[in-house]
Amino acid sequence: MATVTEKERGAQTHPDVRKYAEVNTDILQMLSRPGKWWWILLGMSIAGIGLLAFSWGNQIINGIGLSGLNSPVGWGAYITTFVFWVGIAHSGTLISAILFLFRARWRQSIYRAAEAMTVFAVMTAGLFPLIHLGRVWHAYWLFPYPNQRLLWPNFRSPLVWDVFAVSTYFTVSSLFFLLGLIPDIAAARDQTKKGTLRNRFYHLLSFGWRGTDRQWHHFAKAYLLLAALATPLVLSVHSVVSWDFAMAIVPGWHATIFAPYFVAGAIFSGVAMVITLMVPIRKVFGLEKYLTIRHFDAMAKLCLVTGLIVFYAYLTEFFMAWYSGEDPERRVFWNRLFGHYWWATWIMLTCNGLIPILLWFKRVRHSIPALFVITIFINIGMWFERYVIIVTSLSHEYMPFAWAVYRPSFTEMGIVIGTFGWFAFWFLLFIRLLPPVAISEIKEVLPPPMRPKPRSKEEVSS
Amino acid sequence: MSTAREGVLASYDYLDSTLDAIRELREKGFDEITAFAPFPEHHIEEALGYGTTPMAIFTLVGGLTGAATGFALTMFTSLDWPLVTGGKPILSMPAYVIIAFEMTILFGVLFTVIGVFWNMRVPDLKSDVVYDPEFSAGRFGIYVTAPGDRLSEARKILESSGPSRIEDDPEARAHG
Repeated sequence: MATVTEKERGAQTHPDVRKYAEVNTDILQMLSRPGKWWWILLGMSIAGIGLLAFSWGNQIINGIGLSGLNSPVGWGAYITTFVFWVGIAHSGTLISAILFLFRARWRQSIYRAAEAMTVFAVMTAGLFPLIHLGRVWHAYWLFPYPNQRLLWPNFRSPLVWDVFAVSTYFTVSSLFFLLGLIPDIAAARDQTKKGTLRNRFYHLLSFGWRGTDRQWHHFAKAYLLLAALATPLVLSVHSVVSWDFAMAIVPGWHATIFAPYFVAGAIFSGVAMVITLMVPIRKVFGLEKYLTIRHFDAMAKLCLVTGLIVFYAYLTEFFMAWYSGEDPERRVFWNRLFGHYWWATWIMLTCNGLIPILLWFKRVRHSIPALFVITIFINIGMWFERYVIIVTSLSHEYMPFAWAVYRPSFTEMGIVIGTFGWFAFWFLLFIRLLPPVAISEIKEVLPPPMRPKPRSKEEVSS
Repeated sequence: MSTAREGVLASYDYLDSTLDAIRELREKGFDEITAFAPFPEHHIEEALGYGTTPMAIFTLVGGLTGAATGFALTMFTSLDWPLVTGGKPILSMPAYVIIAFEMTILFGVLFTVIGVFWNMRVPDLKSDVVYDPEFSAGRFGIYVTAPGDRLSEARKILESSGPSRIEDDPEARAHG
């Protein structure tokens, strides 16, 4: 894929990896030893799914009244968490597609796990519109289908755009993920014993891949084309999500800055989540050779840049509220800082504005424990960002008599916490069943094996 | 013709040995070559004389189909039940661009995936193919078929580059 010359390959991304076969051994061992911690985490995630099933089931049986949603705050924790998970998803596509187009060679060892995170995060996000619907059995009304009454969705509504954007995003990111996996699944197939269940599973999923010149030739081109399609898609999806808000004339929402602001926020939170996930994986599976400090440093820089854009957007929002001279707009922003939800706003500003300042320092970027802690704060901050945007604006619209306070109910909290279990469940299965690091792509940035004779070099680089 | 063809598979530890063997085979007029590699190696493609792939055509056709579908869907459904909402025109094109954009990407990706599977000749789950499991780990490979009387010549070329393993395939079962 990435055309790297002989010389560039010398400048190593993975200085401690020498041989191609070593990559297979190191990565594929991850699929064979689950270890105690994996089972404990899996147990916790299944408990989370249980909580989700119980809370949601209860809400389906007894009605949406179990949530704290009411007039005027009709969107609360569910939509907050929907936006949170869609945002998390974005960095996976950024790392796998956009950095691929930019030929960033540090992406190789990270992107598979980041892409998996994307797919599972969209799967998690996709639950929330269904949960939020209340009467989930009518969910198919969201899609345009021919029906007896000749009714169609209103394509002028941003909520319908969102249905298209998120379902397209899920389809595209899954296909991109699965296509990239094929050569690595074939590698897993070749190293498992013939006839075992695992071997058959990999045999089927590898589609009979053999790594022939013809297959690689078309594969590489298709991968490039998919990356080129995924790049505008990822930018569009969170823009469309932001228009769910920005198209409405709610104070605090109706701003043209929303699309870039949301996209930057999505990448900010997503990269933070990738770091949060990669730190334990690296430790547990001993992947220090593949996930070097350089990789974490690069991700931390990405986090820092997007974090600065987000913070700039916060300041712009406050400035524009004041500069607009619009009374309701000014009140909403004043209310954000000093009103009923002041604590949420200050959590957001601290976690997303102040804490990332630490990332300016190289020592912090090179300290794995520090990054782990900082990125957890960023994730918390980004959840609160969406909470602040949604709840403070809705609770404080134009008419003072309609102002109200929203509190998430236990049902909502159970569902929100439960979806973390749902996400973790899929991610844990993924790191046990599919190669979590891109085996074939790491080989592209390793020096190719040459005959132990001096004459070969010039011939190959021709 | 194919009845008389026989094949031979050689695995190599080194990239330059593989390239030497491919070049020499092609010089001597052997065209039925399949090369195996653990990752997309451009030098092998160059040695085999590859041009461009037709993949982009699939993507283009898919994208255009998607755009047309997106506009057709939104416009047809709006005209099917013309209902003014929010004082906007029945055909609100700026809004429909978003749907058309998403459909462009969706169809472009679907066509690309179908196209790449078609071009790669997968799924191909037969188990009797000639293959060395080391190809996905670190080795390179060359599989060449030739009429029975020329096979020993091909085999000699493969052997001269020092393969780590060589395997005959008298029925020429495997093709790229």
